[in-house]
Amino acid sequence: MGRKILFITTDQQRYDTLGCNGASIGRTPVLDRLAGEGIRYERAVPQSVVCMPSRSTILTGQHPSTHGVWMNGVALPVDAPSIAAELHRAGYRTALIGKPHFQPFLDPFGRFVENRLASLGSPTVTSPWQDGTLGPHRGFEHLEFATHSPLGQLHYAQYLQRSHPEVIGGFYAILDGDLELNAEGGGETGAPQVKDNPVPREWYHTDWVADRTIAWLESLRSEDDWFVWMSFPDPHHPWDPPSSELRRVDWREVPLPEGYVTDEAERERILDAKPRHWKLWYEGSLISNYEAPTHWVPATLTANQVREVNARNAIEVELIDEAVGRVLTEVDRRGWGADLDVIFTSDHGELQGDFGLLFKGPYHVDGLMRLPLIWRPAPSTGSLPAVVSRPVGLVDLAPTFAAIAGLESPSWAEGKPLPVDDEDADRRGFERVLTEWDSELHGVDLHVRTITRDHWVCTTYRAGAVHDGSEGELYDLAEDPLQQVNLWDDPSRASIREDLVADLVAHLPPERAPRLALDAPV
Amino acid sequence: MRSSVRRHRLITANASEIWGIVGRPELLHLWFPGVVATTVEGEVRTVTTRTGLVFQERIITRDPIQRRLQYRIESGLVREHLCTIDVIPLDEGQCLVTYSHDVEPSAMAVILGGATEAALAELAHQIESGTGPCLEACGAPAEVLR
Repeated sequence: MGRKILFITTDQQRYDTLGCNGASIGRTPVLDRLAGEGIRYERAVPQSVVCMPSRSTILTGQHPSTHGVWMNGVALPVDAPSIAAELHRAGYRTALIGKPHFQPFLDPFGRFVENRLASLGSPTVTSPWQDGTLGPHRGFEHLEFATHSPLGQLHYAQYLQRSHPEVIGGFYAILDGDLELNAEGGGETGAPQVKDNPVPREWYHTDWVADRTIAWLESLRSEDDWFVWMSFPDPHHPWDPPSSELRRVDWREVPLPEGYVTDEAERERILDAKPRHWKLWYEGSLISNYEAPTHWVPATLTANQVREVNARNAIEVELIDEAVGRVLTEVDRRGWGADLDVIFTSDHGELQGDFGLLFKGPYHVDGLMRLPLIWRPAPSTGSLPAVVSRPVGLVDLAPTFAAIAGLESPSWAEGKPLPVDDEDADRRGFERVLTEWDSELHGVDLHVRTITRDHWVCTTYRAGAVHDGSEGELYDLAEDPLQQVNLWDDPSRASIREDLVADLVAHLPPERAPRLALDAPV
Repeated sequence: MRSSVRRHRLITANASEIWGIVGRPELLHLWFPGVVATTVEGEVRTVTTRTGLVFQERIITRDPIQRRLQYRIESGLVREHLCTIDVIPLDEGQCLVTYSHDVEPSAMAVILGGATEAALAELAHQIESGTGPCLEACGAPAEVLR
């Protein structure tokens, strides 16, 4: 028997929301224990700060420029490279349960098979792989999908519609009548995308994802090697966890995040020193993407709303931690514990009050760019606990899964198996990580490229509707961990800026041509 | 907020052949992925999608000289809509087919743009390969719109 792989993702989760990473609210004992037993990464960086490109990077082991999913709403080709296909080919049983988001969700024409799968009555469909082989869809023999919504055609939504239709109205309506992200406020502070949701915890998507993962594991033979991607939709907005769980964290007692600048004038001064799209969005005069409600103005965000959002976020993270614990208990019950690798991460972060902002967008700062990442190798390997401070990317996950399974890294993968400590990282050249953003929306285009290296984060902007190509951001994480002081125009930093920009340009992969079509807003 | 989106495709065929398909509104389901049924009664086309969504469109323009088709979605999906398809002959046996939507709400523009791009790809594939359901249907006489 080989090593089993439990790959866990959340959606839109910050680094600092786990206890092992210094969270000040919420408890995550299960994940903290995994971190203590395994390898905790202090600088894990996504290659995109939005869902579809980032998840495509996880599956393909490629940067967005290569796999071609350049913004949300661009579908990953069905025959894109897939680490799940490689594992399946090697004899692994494979499943993805939870949020996929390789194809757009807004799909009234029913063009995308992942949106229709629940109605087909089969656990997967046959699709072409990257080498032309016909096999289970993207290499997954079992697929069950969920998002936050109780509406639509995915498996979780169909489960609620069929078995618990009475709770559907209690969920937050994610989109408004214009199919835009809903700006309606709720809770006790009127924060956007917040709602009290009376759904019983056991019917909420977090527990559903864990239940369905356990059910799939129960279907396996004891001698099976397996890879399951357990993909929780939370703590991505909307923030509507079961009301029964709100008692866990009282928002009134939540300290304001370090990154939330309470003085309005100081906040605006900081934003003014960043490229102009920051302040324009803050003021409500620029909409460049679908990642935040169109009709919500960030400048209206109050301190209490920040507290309430952070409280609900922490509650959702606690529920995820407990769900992970239930799955691990099942793994132990089946006798797989010693041979189980667990990898936990998220696709990108959430601003969650930093700079007076919520949600996400073309803002390459730690709130979005610094991810929780834990790898607990199988105990049977005898590996030692460690903390890795060198930068690693989600692009390194696919080669890591291959290595765990005893396979060579696929030739199409652009990353390397994750380092097991800093010495390993230095020996194998983990020096830099790249992050890309492209968006084009109703005549507004933004193009952002970032390099994270040493203690620097350096961002360049290509010419577009809002920028002329001369703008940039440069942060010294050692002196300014909150990234409030933009050193881009500081003459004393010109040399390091030039070096980082050259390094970024030298390592960016060529962009896929022709470009894939934008199919939907999300 | 309203938005405007346009997609285009170069197709190797003569304009009359392409217009022979595009200019027949009742054939839409034979080349537009995700549309499973189309019926036309007078100036009104009823479209059914794979998800079971049914909506009406009004044919505004069907000009065989300009080879221009325009229609307007008339359903709760949109507050405003106008679609324009043009078949424009170029040199050397190629045509430019443009397919645009002006629509409110703007999110629908992105959705229609994506679906339209796929439709143009399918149209080009059938015409250039010489096989496909819309070519078979073109053997049948076109409906005359009042």
